[in-house]
Amino acid sequence: MIELIIILIKTSIVFAVVLAHVAYTTYAERKIIGRAQARMGPMEVGPYGLLQPIADFIKIFFKEDIVPMNAEKVLFQIAPLIVLVFTMINLTVIPFDRNFILADLNIGLLFILASASVAVYGIILAGWSSNSRYSFLGGLRSASQVLSYEIALGLSLAGVVLSAGSLNLREIVIAQHNTVFGVYAIPQIIGFIVFVISAFAETNRAPFDLPEAETELVAGYLTEYSAFRYALFFLAEYVAMYIMAFLCALCFLGGWTIPKFIIDILPFLEKVPGILWFAIKVYAFIFLYIWVRATLPRYRFDQLLNIGWKVLIPAGIVNLLIVAFIKRLGL
Amino acid sequence: MIYLIFAYFCASMIGITLMALTRKNPVHSVLWLLLLFLHIAVLYLFLNAEFLAVVQVIVYAGAILVMFLFTVFLLGAKELPKGKRYTDLPEGKALIGLSLTGVFIGAFSSITTAWKGKYTIEYIEKIGNTKALGVMLFNEYPLAVFLLGIILLIPMIAVAVIAWRAK
Amino acid sequence: MIPLEWYLALAGLIFGMGALSILINRNLIIVLISLEVMLAGVNLALVALSHYMNDIRGQVLALFSIAVAAGSVAVGLSLLIANFNLRKSIDIEDLRELREEQGND
Repeated sequence: MIELIIILIKTSIVFAVVLAHVAYTTYAERKIIGRAQARMGPMEVGPYGLLQPIADFIKIFFKEDIVPMNAEKVLFQIAPLIVLVFTMINLTVIPFDRNFILADLNIGLLFILASASVAVYGIILAGWSSNSRYSFLGGLRSASQVLSYEIALGLSLAGVVLSAGSLNLREIVIAQHNTVFGVYAIPQIIGFIVFVISAFAETNRAPFDLPEAETELVAGYLTEYSAFRYALFFLAEYVAMYIMAFLCALCFLGGWTIPKFIIDILPFLEKVPGILWFAIKVYAFIFLYIWVRATLPRYRFDQLLNIGWKVLIPAGIVNLLIVAFIKRLGL
Repeated sequence: MIYLIFAYFCASMIGITLMALTRKNPVHSVLWLLLLFLHIAVLYLFLNAEFLAVVQVIVYAGAILVMFLFTVFLLGAKELPKGKRYTDLPEGKALIGLSLTGVFIGAFSSITTAWKGKYTIEYIEKIGNTKALGVMLFNEYPLAVFLLGIILLIPMIAVAVIAWRAK
Repeated sequence: MIPLEWYLALAGLIFGMGALSILINRNLIIVLISLEVMLAGVNLALVALSHYMNDIRGQVLALFSIAVAAGSVAVGLSLLIANFNLRKSIDIEDLRELREEQGND
């Protein structure tokens, strides 16, 4: 009974922290993009606009929930829930610190890939059930994009799994800490680059935000959604960004550890709690997301698929071969 | 408790299969099928096959059912056959099918396990399901893995050729 | 511990429903879906046997069967689309090209 209560408390802490981060990521995004474009960003609500996300959430939850007349009612209503549930469920297998993990699965990495592949259905269904051309095209685009890039993502993670010898995220971090470099991003630089690009495409973010390319598709699969169902999609997108940032920090940047050679030079850094290192790595990745969005123009859809199939997948295979050779030679 | 859970799985899986096979709209069929595969994945977890459970979700949900959905969308819901949903003489075929089902259930239920292997639950838990599976796969069936690669390569070429002709 | 027979009966029932549906449905897509249902039943039986016989070979076989299913579905669906482009129909009763000429059915 006590164990159950502890698990519940841990779960609610994780969810609350992540949701708070999501809210303030939207704020950070608007501020950073504003600065990149020589504007101030939100300034009206609260000091420096700090209460803006709260005001936005209150507004969006009190709006009317509109269901189009010719939509498939049930599917239209559960589609955002599918996306959100199968995105949030990933938080359970993420190790935030050495001993802070909700469910220490042996197959944590595959679990994340599996739930990502189920979450795609929410997007396809949102597009199909809206009974609108824009939504439908957006949904199909998103599905083919996510599926194509999941292969590249899986290949780049296969290199990590091969060198760590485990699918358990905690063991991957520990194995990583015991290598010479301390992070897999250096020996597997190709895999790291493939992972970062696929992560951008996988979460439908700029420069690959074609499913919601407003200049051609209004808002893609989101076109017919309003009020809190729209907010659920929005939430899911940002949680997915965080999942990708967590994965990047865990699989390529050493998670809550820092490389041993840095500790040798600056021994006092060992005293810093691990969760802080983890947070710094995750924030850096989220900042990269926003920075890229402020900087790069959007790709065309055929370019996107060409990059995925003709560049990233071969690069992922090359990376896997290199890792296999390194592992075989025992370097 | 475990019996209750298993009873739920039996009832819901049979119900879901019936729903999947009797829907008029193929999109709904595919979605019920997705639910069926998720249930089967959970049953695999009960059977200590965690790797297979995840592979089931990744391959079936992530690839196969999406291909189905794309095909249905490509054909367009309007073009599906109207009127009769079943073939001529469905009763005769149903009789064949039902007797086949009976034979299968009978045959499956009367299986007796001859000998026990060394992969007990404790052994698998010690070295990990994925590792046990991998060691078995690459040590005992290396040729089958090569063949599997070829079996997956041939459909890829075949699909490209068929799509080329269809233009 | 659930008896092995229950798992096998469940697998057999799912397999049987799929087989029945293949025999009587006219819609080619539903026929392919039934094929997947049958494969799912077989895989369930393999994994259940693997668990109760303490032998992991059953899971290896199920893994092979999942992989082959992915390939077969890709070919099946592309043939279905090619057939649709040719005949504008996915009705299984329109596939009578190879049938012998007969007076009445």
